[in-house]
Amino acid sequence: MLSAQILGVGVLGPGLSDWQSTAAVLRGEAPYTAAPSVLPPPAALPPAERRRAGRMVRLALGVGAQAVADAGVPAATLTAVFASSSGDGDTCHEICLALAGAEPAISPTRFHNSVHNAAAGYWSIAHGCQAPSTALCALDASFGAGLLEALLQLRCGAEAVLLAAYDVDYPPPLREHRPIPDAFGVALVLGAAPKGGTGLQLAFTQEPASRLSDPALEALRGAIPAARSLPLLQLLSHRLQGCVVLDYLPEQSLQLQLTP
Amino acid sequence: MDALWIRHFTAASALGLGCEATRAALQSGRSALAPCSFQGAQLRTWVGEVAGVDAVRLPAALADYDCRNNRLAQLALSQDGFAELARERIARWGARRVGVFMGTSTSGVRETEIAYRQRDTQTGALPPGFEYRRVHNAFALTDYVRRALGTLGPAVTICTACSSSAKVFAAAQRMLAADLIDAAVVGGVDSLCLTTLYGFQSLQLTAPGPCRPFDRSRDGLSISEAAGFAWLERAGDQSEGSDILLLGAGESSDAHHMSSPHPEGAGARRAMQAALQAAQLDARDVDYINLHGTGTPSNDAAEARAVHALFGSAVPCSSTKGASGHALGAAGALEAVICALALQAGLMPGGLNTREPDESLPVHYLTANQRAPLARVLSNSFGFGGANCALLFARADAARSG
Repeated sequence: MLSAQILGVGVLGPGLSDWQSTAAVLRGEAPYTAAPSVLPPPAALPPAERRRAGRMVRLALGVGAQAVADAGVPAATLTAVFASSSGDGDTCHEICLALAGAEPAISPTRFHNSVHNAAAGYWSIAHGCQAPSTALCALDASFGAGLLEALLQLRCGAEAVLLAAYDVDYPPPLREHRPIPDAFGVALVLGAAPKGGTGLQLAFTQEPASRLSDPALEALRGAIPAARSLPLLQLLSHRLQGCVVLDYLPEQSLQLQLTP
Repeated sequence: MDALWIRHFTAASALGLGCEATRAALQSGRSALAPCSFQGAQLRTWVGEVAGVDAVRLPAALADYDCRNNRLAQLALSQDGFAELARERIARWGARRVGVFMGTSTSGVRETEIAYRQRDTQTGALPPGFEYRRVHNAFALTDYVRRALGTLGPAVTICTACSSSAKVFAAAQRMLAADLIDAAVVGGVDSLCLTTLYGFQSLQLTAPGPCRPFDRSRDGLSISEAAGFAWLERAGDQSEGSDILLLGAGESSDAHHMSSPHPEGAGARRAMQAALQAAQLDARDVDYINLHGTGTPSNDAAEARAVHALFGSAVPCSSTKGASGHALGAAGALEAVICALALQAGLMPGGLNTREPDESLPVHYLTANQRAPLARVLSNSFGFGGANCALLFARADAARSG
């Protein structure tokens, strides 16, 4: 059994701009109004890097900054786990387009932005974070894989970990093959010490994933891999003890127990 | 950390297919680099291409995964009986108790590059049969290996550019330590594609000739492709003699620049320090360092400063990228295999192509093979975005005797 304390949360998505308002929606206190995701410019980056940051980096750094502010911990000391199901579709598209031309050429910035760990790199630069960081992918299981890795980092000695899971939509023609409708990201600051925050315990299960009763939110959960986290966020928003199951790999799911 | 036993390992690279061919290439001091003639790339650079990848056929049930990257994975899985030995151990532990951790930087993006050339002239659509999930996505490699071997446990692709398949060892170690699994397949596969060939060119990081790590007039890296796999289990007291152990893994972030290392190698130093700490060893316990050693002026300078700060100038070290090229996301796994072979053979491979070692780099850089009993060796892997990883390997007999 792996465990952690949830110390802070960040959320950005279609019609969702931060954790406070998202929590109200998930508790049913405010209606969910779908609207295109708005991704803030990454204020923490130096100007040169800020100009180079694409939507994926803005999303990842945006939810990360929210979670760190919510937790009230310094970003610089956090071990960081970045999970993305599909990487930076805009950059991949631009590169493939350029390479398909008569005279292939790639811009240097576009190339270094194409690495899956671009967000992790920009995050470390923005916050002077020299702790270990990783960037991972498990297709539609990426949130679960990131959560597992974050809890394992705590189990193996990290005091606190930032988990950021995020997906951005692809432009056509890749969009038809990976139909992510819009950007969605979630970040959690997780602590090892059993004090403060909400207790979280994780175990593997064969149970199917929990669903959301609101059809629009349930559709969001199914459409964007990072939004597979929504049942956890909903339980967290109620500040109640309870249990949810999140999608992971086809053969197993993750059972998460919360203790406020 | 508790030591892990690398029970089986193999690699396929430009150096050769399997352990014996890899060892023979290192012993003979043969570089596998050649002028780039890869699939229409018009670039003045040298690469390390694996022969025979195009001829590999995936098992019929996995035909949808067909792409250069998964073919290279399949080619390596077929070497040294790796797949058969893995299946035996999977039967022993149960498929749900075996994790798969793969590193790659570009997975099967070569297929997407080709598909973009074949877009429908009217609609811009990619050609029928384009397999996003099984080919393009970073997880496609891990999914392929998982299905080819028949595991059902946790699985993840680590994608931290050129440290990807070093960091998989650390990720697997954490999951073994937490007792979520009993064994892990770790490795890395990266295959040649235009994205990396033209991308590194755009950053002016590719050498016009074969790369010359740690040479005073080094002028860039040589891109290559490779696949490397290792089977990890808790060491317990089963391993013996020349069995290979992973004693420590260390990770850090530069927090400096997206595509240039910290000039003093501060992040690299912290990763090496963390690996020593995890193994409860200190610098004088290390007999040889397999450097990241890409051959770019700034990478080698930063790494040399980091090594010197921790180890002084006495520990023999070299980069094997003059022989194999830089296999990017597969470099960590390939060089882990090279370290295992070095430990077993008592062979420190000399760095190839280096005519005049850069005297301003304060390390003991080997330019010729040296034979000596080796107990413990360190392998460095550093990636774009400042993602650093160092791995400390040992022979079981040396680790036992302390």
